[in-house]
Formats: sequence, C-alpha cells, structure tokens
Amino acid sequence: MNANLVDVLIVEDNPDDAELTIRELKKHTKSAKFFHVKDGEEALQFVFGTGKYSGARNVSNLPGIILLDIKMPKVTGIEVLEKIKSDERTQLIPVVMLTSSNESPDIKKCYDLGANSYIVKPVHFDDFASAIKNIGAYWLILNQNPSR
Amino acid sequence: MNFSLVDILLVEDNFDDAELATRELKKHNMANNLFHVKDGAEALEFIFGTGKYESTRDIGHAPKVVLLDIQMPKVNGIETLQKIKLDERTRSIPVVMLTSSKEDPDIQKCYSLGANSYIVKPVNFEGFAAAIKNLGFYWLLTNQPLVK
Repeated sequence: MNANLVDVLIVEDNPDDAELTIRELKKHTKSAKFFHVKDGEEALQFVFGTGKYSGARNVSNLPGIILLDIKMPKVTGIEVLEKIKSDERTQLIPVVMLTSSNESPDIKKCYDLGANSYIVKPVHFDDFASAIKNIGAYWLILNQNPSR
Repeated sequence: MNFSLVDILLVEDNFDDAELATRELKKHNMANNLFHVKDGAEALEFIFGTGKYESTRDIGHAPKVVLLDIQMPKVNGIETLQKIKLDERTRSIPVVMLTSSKEDPDIQKCYSLGANSYIVKPVNFEGFAAAIKNLGFYWLLTNQPLVK
C-alpha cells in the first residue's frame, strides 16, 4: 500500500484491540485507508518518514487521523503525542488517545500536550466495537481534517 | 440552572442554528445541561467566571465540550478559542469549531491554536441535525473529559 495516503494510523501493541479496531472501522467507513504499527517508535518513524519509513514516507503527507494507544513498549503514546504536537510539520494531525485505564493524571496531561480527544476503551467487546464505530463516524466523516 | 453542571456550552449567534442544535440534542436526551450564549464575549465570561457570571460560575467546573461558532459579533470564535487554549486553567476543555463555509482558510489556524475538532455545518436541515446528534454522542458519551 501507499504509505503516503493513509486516512487512519492505528498505533496499538495489543493485537486483539488492533484487529477489532480495524474490523469495526472497515465495516463503517468503506473507502478509508488504514495503517497499523505496533509501538510508539514505529509510529514516530512512520509519521516523520524516518528509520524503516525513510524514502517510503514524506512527512508532509499527514495521516488523516492517528489513534494512539497510551501504554506501549519502547516509546509510550504520551511521548509520541508530545513529539507530534511539538513539531510544526505534524502538530495539526488530529490525535485520539486510547487507554484502558481511567486515571485522570493522564487525561489532563494528554489534553495539555494537545491531544484532540481521549477515549477510555470499554471493557466489553460490544461497547468497544460501538466506541470504535463512533470514533470512525466522527473523525472520518464529520470532522474536517486539516490535511484533506 | 446550576452553571456548575453545564456539560455543553453552545456559543452561537445564529438563532436558527442554535434552536435546531438544541432541539436535536434534546431529542436524544443530551440537552439537560446545555447552556447557550450568543457571542464570544459572553462565552469567555461564562468560561472564566467573570462579568455577568462572576458570582455564579466557578472556573473549576469545566463543560465537557464547547461548541464554538466561528463567525460571531463582538468576539469571534477564533479569538475565543485562543483565549481558552492559552490559559492553563481552561486549555484542556475540548473545543469544537463550527463553521458554515468549507473553503474557510481558518481550518489550519484553528487546529494550530489548539481546536480539538473542526466541523463544517451541513447546509440542509437533515444533514445538520445528523451532525449535531453525532457530535453530541461523541463528546458527551464517547470522549473522556477531564475528571475533576
């Protein structure tokens, strides 16, 4: 696939969550292009076109939206958020944080760093699926992304 | 009404748009704690607990979302956004910009000032109603606001 034309970048280390997210988004947004990376380090390489994406990705082709899990190995979602939002080439990309915990310190920190939205993943399968559906309907259909 | 409980602050000078948005949210039981102000100056007084809201509003009780029209008299939506996002007491409040024109060059400016989302109001009645419903579900039920 063309890594320069991505509507949704999914950054998720949990394979079950990633699979469910992609399946639900595909079900409700037929033409959207998805790309999945498994940790924050690869997310940064993808966004900035460095490392394994050097040559394959141009930083100016912003993904339409990033769904960013917080707890991940190597580089956490919060570090990724901070890097994206403090670089003027990438700061306009809408970033939705996803987390399993409902702890308020992370929430404030994420909003202060410029997260566009913060979602607590529902525990039950059906609720999680419907949250993903809402995320897709909102960010891929209703919201006007800066890059498109 | 108890201003500390306000969860949606609707900032809209167009009477018809405000009326339609309120009615649609009411239909889905999301308007119980909606508060409507008609320009940016009053929105700032409400959010910061100043002026006519000095003794009735506590800045610590943030709405879950601010729906902010861009074109308004006195203080426009962009100036209002800027004031909310520059103050560390209020910057974590999700702000959704609403505009009538799709060719608006303001989209990049709004995102760079920290707008959480940017919505172009659909022109036809049904489209606008559907957008308001989607928006209400997303910011009241899916998104996690800052926990106090």
